[in-house]
Amino acid sequence: MNIIIQLSYLIASVLFIVGIKMLGRTKTARKGNVVSSIGMFIAILATVVQVEAISLIDILICVLIGSTIGLIIAKKVEMTKIPEMVAIFNGFGGLASLSVALSDFWLNTQQRGLEVDNITGISVALSILIGGITFTGSLIAFMKLSGRISGRAIVFTGQHLINLVLLILSVGIVIFALTDFSNPNYMIILAVLSLVLGILVVIPIGGADMPVVISLLNSYSGMAACATGFVLNNNALIVTGALVGASGIILTQIMCKAMNRSLMNVLLGGFGQTSAAGGEVDGPQITVKEVGVEEAAQIFDSVSSLIIVPGYGMAVAHAQHIIRELSELCEKNGVNVRFAIHPVAGRMPGHMNVLLAEANISYDKLIEMDEINDDFANTDLVFVVGANDVVNPAAKTNPNSPIFGMPVLNVEKAQTVIVSKRSMGKGYAGIENELFGADNCLMLFGDAKQTITKLVGELKEQG
Amino acid sequence: MTAETFIALLFILILASYLGFELINKVPPTLHTPLMSGSNAISGITIVGAILACNELGYLSVSKWLGMLALILATINVVGGYAVTDRMLKMFKKK
Repeated sequence: MNIIIQLSYLIASVLFIVGIKMLGRTKTARKGNVVSSIGMFIAILATVVQVEAISLIDILICVLIGSTIGLIIAKKVEMTKIPEMVAIFNGFGGLASLSVALSDFWLNTQQRGLEVDNITGISVALSILIGGITFTGSLIAFMKLSGRISGRAIVFTGQHLINLVLLILSVGIVIFALTDFSNPNYMIILAVLSLVLGILVVIPIGGADMPVVISLLNSYSGMAACATGFVLNNNALIVTGALVGASGIILTQIMCKAMNRSLMNVLLGGFGQTSAAGGEVDGPQITVKEVGVEEAAQIFDSVSSLIIVPGYGMAVAHAQHIIRELSELCEKNGVNVRFAIHPVAGRMPGHMNVLLAEANISYDKLIEMDEINDDFANTDLVFVVGANDVVNPAAKTNPNSPIFGMPVLNVEKAQTVIVSKRSMGKGYAGIENELFGADNCLMLFGDAKQTITKLVGELKEQG
Repeated sequence: MTAETFIALLFILILASYLGFELINKVPPTLHTPLMSGSNAISGITIVGAILACNELGYLSVSKWLGMLALILATINVVGGYAVTDRMLKMFKKK
């Protein structure tokens, strides 16, 4: 029996790996998700057969509650709010790992009166520490993303010192725990410390850096599962936790690179506050050229190549559907239309692609920054909607700019640039955008959805 | 846990991490959000541990309550994660 169970875990792990591999290609991605869920089903089945019949009802009730909540969230969530959902799910994963490790530890030390060896004890401590930080850290990320608390970085003096002291305290607690595992207080104190640490490490990080934070917390939730695998001596947890841990770390690196920031720099937080002051001092006043809807329509009508650069502002204005209409209209007129996607265009890795896919825009039109950046020079028109920092040439030209060195889209190289923008407000980094003052740049002010709807109407009339 | 078991588990951890890096490096940016929500779902594998932790008789047991809490949370992760990933991937179309 035990062999069959272990083999089932092995099959489940293989299905997870195959599932992730299939998730790497657009054509097979949906099937990959199904393959991975079959793996999960097998793992659950192999576990349920191990429990006593009398516990089955409790398990069923919990599974029903969890499934209902999970399904409702998954069905109702808006695509703009996916980052929040992923954040809170990461947190649930962390708390689940913490609870399982603590439950097993309690059972052995308090109810069965067993001795716990050092390796298991340290694994329990790691599950608690990582799981706890993941839980409260994710809660804060969730609240920042959903606007329940201010997205601004919350900084105070001695912040890093406090975190460091708490971390050292945690390590100290673990060392004390090693001397006497029969005393559960150490693990409980550790759990409380980890929950406090989770809050403190995420509050100094500003809203613009949330893509990095969610990726990192995603990785942590995997690591917590991994540590719990060591506690329970369970291979399936270790393999799966490692896969998720690796995935989160890679996405974290990609996000950091896209913002030209080191992970350390992001984690220490406070970005946005200092730069806002520094950016305003020097830069000359920018004078912009405004364009009306009619004139803009004439430009759209005269070009043969168009690149649309969407930013999160587009999603906030719910303009993605009207942009699809605009792109279809232009294509009908023989214009080559493509979309340029900056890695941090959304609120999490790949977010913009999902938002555009939801608006029924074909995924082969969405081009990554590195692939499209050389094409701007041969493009008649670039239409920037709700994007700011990712098209700021200062990142290439102005060493004093806080975003200097960040890879940006070379939109200013195009013949004409039209920027749809609500007002002259600044982007997330809080700095002036030199693009708006460029000779070939025209500003189309107003709510993106409204102005583009008018633009489409105008184009239809002219066409 | 014996040192031998620990080393065996460590082998699994290191090799699986390496495999994870290789696999995920090849995922194109277009699919990064579904990848993350999908990996979110599979990190709900803690559900396995949670089910076992519920397998203790007696509602006075702290372990049992912790297990049930973990089971609810992990199920939300698994069910919600797979469902939302499927919902997103359904939208990715080529015309």
